[in-house]
Amino acid sequence: MVETAPVLRTADLSVYYGSVRVISGVTLDLETHKITSIIGPSGSGKSTLLRCFNRMNDLIPSFRMSGQVLFDGQDIYAAGVDPTEIRYQIGMVFQRPNPFPKSIYDNVAFGPRVNGFKGDLPGLVEQSIRRAALWDEVKDRLKESALSLSGGQQQRLCIARALAVEPQVILMDEPCSALDPISTLAIEELMRELSREYSIVIVTHNMQQAARVSDFTAFLMGREDKVSELIEYGETRQIFTTPGDERTEAYITGRFG
Amino acid sequence: MAVISQGEFRRRMNRRKLEGHIFHALCLLAILIALSMLGALLLNIASEGIMRVNWSFITSFPSRHPEQAGIQAALLGSIYVVTLAGALAFIFGVGAAIYLEEYAARNWFARIIQINISNLAGVPSIVYGILGLEIFVRYLALGKSVIAGGLTLALLALPIVIIASEEAIRAVPSSIREGGYALGATRWQAIWNLVLPQAFPGILTGVILAVSRAIGETAPLIVMGALTFVPFAPDSPLSRFTVLPIQIFNWVSRPQEGFHQAAAAGIIVLLVLLLSMNAVAVLLRNKFQNRLEG
Repeated sequence: MVETAPVLRTADLSVYYGSVRVISGVTLDLETHKITSIIGPSGSGKSTLLRCFNRMNDLIPSFRMSGQVLFDGQDIYAAGVDPTEIRYQIGMVFQRPNPFPKSIYDNVAFGPRVNGFKGDLPGLVEQSIRRAALWDEVKDRLKESALSLSGGQQQRLCIARALAVEPQVILMDEPCSALDPISTLAIEELMRELSREYSIVIVTHNMQQAARVSDFTAFLMGREDKVSELIEYGETRQIFTTPGDERTEAYITGRFG
Repeated sequence: MAVISQGEFRRRMNRRKLEGHIFHALCLLAILIALSMLGALLLNIASEGIMRVNWSFITSFPSRHPEQAGIQAALLGSIYVVTLAGALAFIFGVGAAIYLEEYAARNWFARIIQINISNLAGVPSIVYGILGLEIFVRYLALGKSVIAGGLTLALLALPIVIIASEEAIRAVPSSIREGGYALGATRWQAIWNLVLPQAFPGILTGVILAVSRAIGETAPLIVMGALTFVPFAPDSPLSRFTVLPIQIFNWVSRPQEGFHQAAAAGIIVLLVLLLSMNAVAVLLRNKFQNRLEG
């Protein structure tokens, strides 16, 4: 196995909403071209942590953080860093498919357009939809509304939309929780495929999914004072077979959560 | 074992069903009363005025002779003033709504502004007339002109447009904005490309409501000095004018029977104008909705 530099790292990252601390002291290295899953009970701050990676939390007025998030070695919260630029390089797929009420084509073309892409847009759209394993299903209806697609197709369209800006990292916030098992399988296969070219971070409450798709797993959990911390982080196989912390073991064996 | 015995349940069930029927009947009665009032009004107007509605009525100017009196000046005045008011209220109303919903901080100051806009929507229209007279007619020296009338009615329509636009913008799910931001869209791009197209049908509904109200307004325009007898078509934004409701009011207050018929005919023209403006807006809105939903 070739060792590469981590694409994202957090250093002593704590998150506050107003004066309430929700995540405390997370230090984590996310590997390039790997799938990392973030698991943990409901309310353990998985999504909050994920949204620190593309500064999505900036949209919440009461959000504050301390510590650092480094992307390719650069502090993305440093003064003068434009969150728009970060989001351009770190894509995101949301829990519920959120296609824009526009045509399938315009959904995928949206990112390149707003970022001023000047090349072969139809080619880029096709390539992105192909990479999201959706091309055969939509190639004859690109002008139709994206809302006419099924839930699973919509989610793959959202992945295609994220791929169209060629990000380095794709963040996925429970991307399958609103989907049926067959669509879930399709997305999981797609993630394995995409991890050759992209670094992927996925939040999931489905432990089987984490075990199936991810290379690394981070387990978050709230302490007694409700503040979440990183309990354990390591290779997925190790976390699921020989967890080092008894709370991890209790969680993955389904004793709570 | 159920909480109530079967016999008891049946007895109560009959009573419950009866209550349902009574409620149904009362609701039906309410709509019938409302509709019959409207029907009586329309019938009354139509029977009195329909024979006066013809091309020469629409193209003639008011006259001392009831049978020669026409509505051209008032019709054109209404169209100009209301179009101007609608366009201004649309531009400033949507702008204000975007600012309040997308840019303004959510603090006590924003809340005070919100409450005051809601209050403005309930201010009697004559107050806007006084405002228009002071600001547009006198201070800005626009005179008692089409443009001053349009500005006055725009003020009246503005709170309605702002409130409807804010609601339409608020109804756009935040997941759509987030989806845009996550692709590297700036705030302006997310608003322009994602929020506004989706909010547009709702915004248009607000504009329809506001324009419908403005087109029937008489009091503020009388206060700001619109004429009641205008034997010429308004030919510039600064020319003096009258509008349909003022013309109708003028005719109704004359003693001659002929003018009463002219008033009824004027009401028919006003209703047709109102309905056709609404129809255009509804068509526009539906077209937009279909484009979104596909």
